Amino acid sequence: MIHKLNRFHGGLHLPDHKAVSMQAQVTPQPLPKQLVIPLQQHIGAIDEPSVNPGERVLKGQLIARSDAHVSAPIHAPSSGTIVAIEARPVAHPSGMPAACIVIETDGKDEWTTLTPCADYTQLSPETLRQRVHEAGIVGLGGAGFPSFIKLTPGIGKVVETLILNGAECEPYITCDAMLMQARPDTVLQGAQIMLQAVQARHCLIGVEDNKPTAIAALQHALQALNDDRIRIVPIPTIYPTGGERQLIKVLTGKETPTHKLPIDVGVVCHNVATAAAVADAIIEGKPLISRYVTVTGAGIGQAHNLEVLIGTPMQTLLEECAARNVPDMQTIMGGPMMGFVVEDLQAPVIKTTNCLLHQTKPQSQAALPCIRCGECMRVCPAQLLPQQLYWHARAKDLDKTQDYKLFDCIECGCCAYVCPSHIPLVHYYRFAKTEIWAREREKLKSDHARERHEFHLQRLERKKQEDEERKRKKRELLQRAESPDDNKQDAIAAALERVKAKKAAQQVAPQNTENLTTAQQAKIDAIESRRKTLSNDSGQDEGQ
Amino acid sequence: MSTITTPLSGPHTHAQRSTGQIMALVTFALLPATAFGFYLFGWPAFNLWLLTIVSALLSEAVTLWIARKPVLFYLGDGSALLSAWLLAMTLPPWAPWWIAVMGGVIAIVLGKQVFGGIGQNLFNPAMLARVVLLISFPVELTSWVTPQVIGGSTSPSFIEGLMITFRGYTIDTVSSASVLGHVRTEVSAGHHLSTLMSQMPSPEDMGLGFMSGSMGETSAAFIIMGGIFLIYKRIITWHIPAAMLASTALLAMIMHGANPERYVGAGFHLTAGGIMLGAFFIATDLVTSPSTPLGKIIFGAGCGGLVYVIRTWGGYPEGVAFAVMLMNAMTPLIDHYIRPRIYGHKRRGVSLTYSGKRLESAHKFETKND
Repeated sequence: MIHKLNRFHGGLHLPDHKAVSMQAQVTPQPLPKQLVIPLQQHIGAIDEPSVNPGERVLKGQLIARSDAHVSAPIHAPSSGTIVAIEARPVAHPSGMPAACIVIETDGKDEWTTLTPCADYTQLSPETLRQRVHEAGIVGLGGAGFPSFIKLTPGIGKVVETLILNGAECEPYITCDAMLMQARPDTVLQGAQIMLQAVQARHCLIGVEDNKPTAIAALQHALQALNDDRIRIVPIPTIYPTGGERQLIKVLTGKETPTHKLPIDVGVVCHNVATAAAVADAIIEGKPLISRYVTVTGAGIGQAHNLEVLIGTPMQTLLEECAARNVPDMQTIMGGPMMGFVVEDLQAPVIKTTNCLLHQTKPQSQAALPCIRCGECMRVCPAQLLPQQLYWHARAKDLDKTQDYKLFDCIECGCCAYVCPSHIPLVHYYRFAKTEIWAREREKLKSDHARERHEFHLQRLERKKQEDEERKRKKRELLQRAESPDDNKQDAIAAALERVKAKKAAQQVAPQNTENLTTAQQAKIDAIESRRKTLSNDSGQDEGQ
Repeated sequence: MSTITTPLSGPHTHAQRSTGQIMALVTFALLPATAFGFYLFGWPAFNLWLLTIVSALLSEAVTLWIARKPVLFYLGDGSALLSAWLLAMTLPPWAPWWIAVMGGVIAIVLGKQVFGGIGQNLFNPAMLARVVLLISFPVELTSWVTPQVIGGSTSPSFIEGLMITFRGYTIDTVSSASVLGHVRTEVSAGHHLSTLMSQMPSPEDMGLGFMSGSMGETSAAFIIMGGIFLIYKRIITWHIPAAMLASTALLAMIMHGANPERYVGAGFHLTAGGIMLGAFFIATDLVTSPSTPLGKIIFGAGCGGLVYVIRTWGGYPEGVAFAVMLMNAMTPLIDHYIRPRIYGHKRRGVSLTYSGKRLESAHKFETKND
């Protein structure tokens, strides 16, 4: 059973630094005194708290939710008391604080009542999606998109392949590898549940071949499970194979068209950790309240994976792993390629925190001008022209950046990694994207304003026309009212007409005038002449 | 240039290679051919090389200072050194000092800094300088010498070398035409190639470089060695050299086949003159050549075609510099039209579409592999 693999363009062979955090088993992090749970840990609408300060909550109890479709509810990671709902520092590239629910834990770790399900095969896809939604599961690979949406193929869409993403292509990160090693059965159960939810024909689990232990563990578990719909596919270790569209290409040979979704080529792609979370949610009824986090980097004494409750301050994780605390160190959430620097280590672990990378700050290197070496183009997995994008982004020629398909950039950082001139290319692309979004928002706003204005003008015009119409009618009515004799004169005119008609009728032509004798004719002439004089007289009388 | 210090978002790691390293590797690849040039033409060649480089570095420093850019930071990238080095290799080995000095200044000031410095120039600085010198000083730029191998009895001593470079000493017995120039003169005088070829260096000598010619251009073997090293190191790709050599060779073969008495063959064209250096080191200049593989092939083929046309029918016996500069001017156009197919797009830039049929076939493909 050899699965034929495909290649995507470019990519990098990076030193993976994974072994360092794979030595020790996953250890559960001790219960922290305080949990800080941001109200936004997913892509979509921010949640509304459904609890109040002072209230006691149980582990797994719903504490925030939103009515919006694209959202995921949030649950209490442990039992305790809500002490505040306020802005706290969170892990976000902007470094801005955000609204959080703060729970003072009571140490009892007391669960709320869960609704486990012994046989999920009895559940309809709709029910499965509903439960995944209620469990607050989001994409755990880093994006944090609510998972139930990706489990909803949509009307008329057929899912051929479900892909579980176990590539974990970024250096240093090992949380998915450890999960596949430690809980392969759960991952596979998750795959089966997802297969049922999207009604897919088969499932491919793609794992980079630098994780042989994880692959072996999964394969062993699959043998026991004996489900021939599922296949574990080792894939070459090339960054960024874990990119959704790259992985789809590698495993199926299909390219997701730009502006479309994987579902449009019959593929749904989820992270392996998401699959495990789905299994826990459906089978045990547990919401998503904890996750594996890799704590690693040159500044960490004992790099390993921890099972961490959502809301645990990052600082405590670093302390747990004996982080060296010297200046010039920085902590990155995520991997070295796509992660971002966490400014305040009081920020909590959230659903998408896969790795904390603690290392020395890179030497800031002054950027040289581009020498057009084209290395960026050679490594770009989207096969863009990073160099041209950079020029146009730098010149703020936003239309040109879109000509060169800026929005097909997945910000994997390959171009910036190889750039010999040390140009921070991804920054320029992010800048250009933000500018374009801002411009589009502005345009939308101004379009809206213009439409409103035009409508306003139209309304004024219509009102004017209506007014005039009304005035005209009124004027006509008024005119009629001012000349009341009109009707009399009309009547007089009509009477005159009638008289005229009568007269005309009286002046009929004489009859039987043919075959007249001369005597008869003479008689008639005489009568006529008399009549003429008579009528003349009467005419004169009238004149007098 | 703007400097963003400690970026907040990725990547937080970087590959080892820097611009300075690229330039250093190219320079390193030039070493064998350069050393062979010194060996072949003696001290005057070394003087020429040194003077060109010193002049270029000084010009770079002065222009950077005038432009208020950090002088040492930019000098450290090694690009001025490389341009001057390449220029020296294309000059007649016993050219006088002022040719070297002027060449260095022209390459850096006119060829590079007036465009805005590294990365901004439209034309290859070394070729621009060479063309300016060739048009302005045709006699000095076409005065060749037969090889005077170091250690041989005719090789000039260090002092004689200084005299040749600085005092314009000429030794009539050693002056000679370049092979390309010689063939051209004789053919245009109506001589047949078959009688001419016996006076030419043997193909082995031409391949190794034992013939008169520019300082560092004569040895095809050493240049190819350097070029393959650069391809191995991923600094250049095979596209430009292959396309350039292939198109020259193809044209030479066609014309030679049509009239062997008038047109020399492909082997001669590939080993004579500056085509090897041009194909591996000059046309492949990163700044002035197209970036996509197909664009590079078009560019290389254009260079090769022009080299042949200029050599055969143009006004000069050698055409690499002109050919490369003409194609440099085409680079923006090539880069505008030749773009790769982006993931999820068709070649012309529109989104891929999956009609039902296409999808079905994709599925079939997949099931076949199950």
